[in-house]
Amino acid sequence: MNCTQAKPLITLYADGELDTARSLELERHLQDCSVCAKEWRDLQGLQEAVRQEGLYFPAPVELRRKLLAELRTQTRRPAATNIWSWKWLSAAMSGAAITCVALLVVSVFNQPPAGDRLTPELVSSHIRSLMANHALDVVSTDQHTVKPWFNGRLDFSPPVKDLATQEFPLIGGRLDYVGGRSVAALVFRRHQHVINLFIWPVHEPDTQPRSLTSSQGYHVIHWSAAGMTLWAVSDLNPTELMEFAQDYSGSAQLTAP
Amino acid sequence: MDERERLKLFEQTVLPHLDAAFNLARWLAGNDHDAQDVAQEAGLRAFKFFGSFRGGNARAWLLTIVRNTFYNWLQKNRPAEIAGGLDEEALAVEDASMNAEALHLQLADGATVRRAIDELPVEFRELIVLREMEGLSYREIADLAEVPIGTVMSRLARARKLLQKRLAGEFKPGGRI
Repeated sequence: MNCTQAKPLITLYADGELDTARSLELERHLQDCSVCAKEWRDLQGLQEAVRQEGLYFPAPVELRRKLLAELRTQTRRPAATNIWSWKWLSAAMSGAAITCVALLVVSVFNQPPAGDRLTPELVSSHIRSLMANHALDVVSTDQHTVKPWFNGRLDFSPPVKDLATQEFPLIGGRLDYVGGRSVAALVFRRHQHVINLFIWPVHEPDTQPRSLTSSQGYHVIHWSAAGMTLWAVSDLNPTELMEFAQDYSGSAQLTAP
Repeated sequence: MDERERLKLFEQTVLPHLDAAFNLARWLAGNDHDAQDVAQEAGLRAFKFFGSFRGGNARAWLLTIVRNTFYNWLQKNRPAEIAGGLDEEALAVEDASMNAEALHLQLADGATVRRAIDELPVEFRELIVLREMEGLSYREIADLAEVPIGTVMSRLARARKLLQKRLAGEFKPGGRI
């Protein structure tokens, strides 16, 4: 190898872009040629100068903290557009299912209290709480912990009742967003099944628990009491879910807003 | 994959390269405050587009986003700086071999080298950061900057010559040393 051949290879060699065979040839040339060897040392010197400690800016702790906080907030409250793009939801929302839900709800309530719109929303909220594994903002089996937790977070006080003795233990609650408003979501369990109970105030007469629909394996039961509308959503079988609704409506001490 | 799993995977594969992201943003933007804005925005965008990451070098992938975010930011906040573009001819450096003073480059103190890099046009500065500090290959840089690999090599060569020249100037006999 002569200087003309070696010269263009020096940079490639310094950047680790030269294959082994030619690297060996170049190294032999550098041992013999002081001009090329000097160019090689200059380049090395430059690389060392640029790579020296103190020229690298590691991420400030503050940046890492802020970014993580923002990402966690985002994943806790997925944007509506994301929700609709989920495969399971588009399946759940598609065709016949929607029509059935809508017809059923409309036939149950003469005045459709946005139920045709709310039922899919409630089911999707329920599923989301399971999928994202963030069903709970407050984790407690104690109704006296869960109820005060909503203070200052909602403009009403949801009735909170533990049905542990009926084998529907309360496991916690969270804030949710349904029908364009903040609502209380209480979470109960029966065996491995999770029950979401959505509650918010309405101006409508009391009604008995009614099974609204079963969609994609989820059941929705609705009732109203003491100025509150309550919606139980679960994959639990309809009989047991109705049991839950009757226990809850029968024994809950409802407080007006 | 639900959102939480997605975030966990993101934290494992992409966030370890946050230092690299900030380093590039800092060298491009020139100050901590703007660099933090760019890096934060890039981090959020990376998460948004995490679905399009097909494995491979996560650092190069993240740096691509940082770079794009920076140029968007630049257009919005300092449009004057990109008006001119890179005048490659004006920056051509004679291909003479370095004088003896260049041998002292490794002795150059951090502040001097930092100033010399800062004075490079942004198109050269990013190459120095990506190649020398982040160790990206020519191929990775070419993909990242969306230029042919030959352009990467020629720009890198010119960036180095400019840098050598400026640093060597600092160490002229009777100079600062």
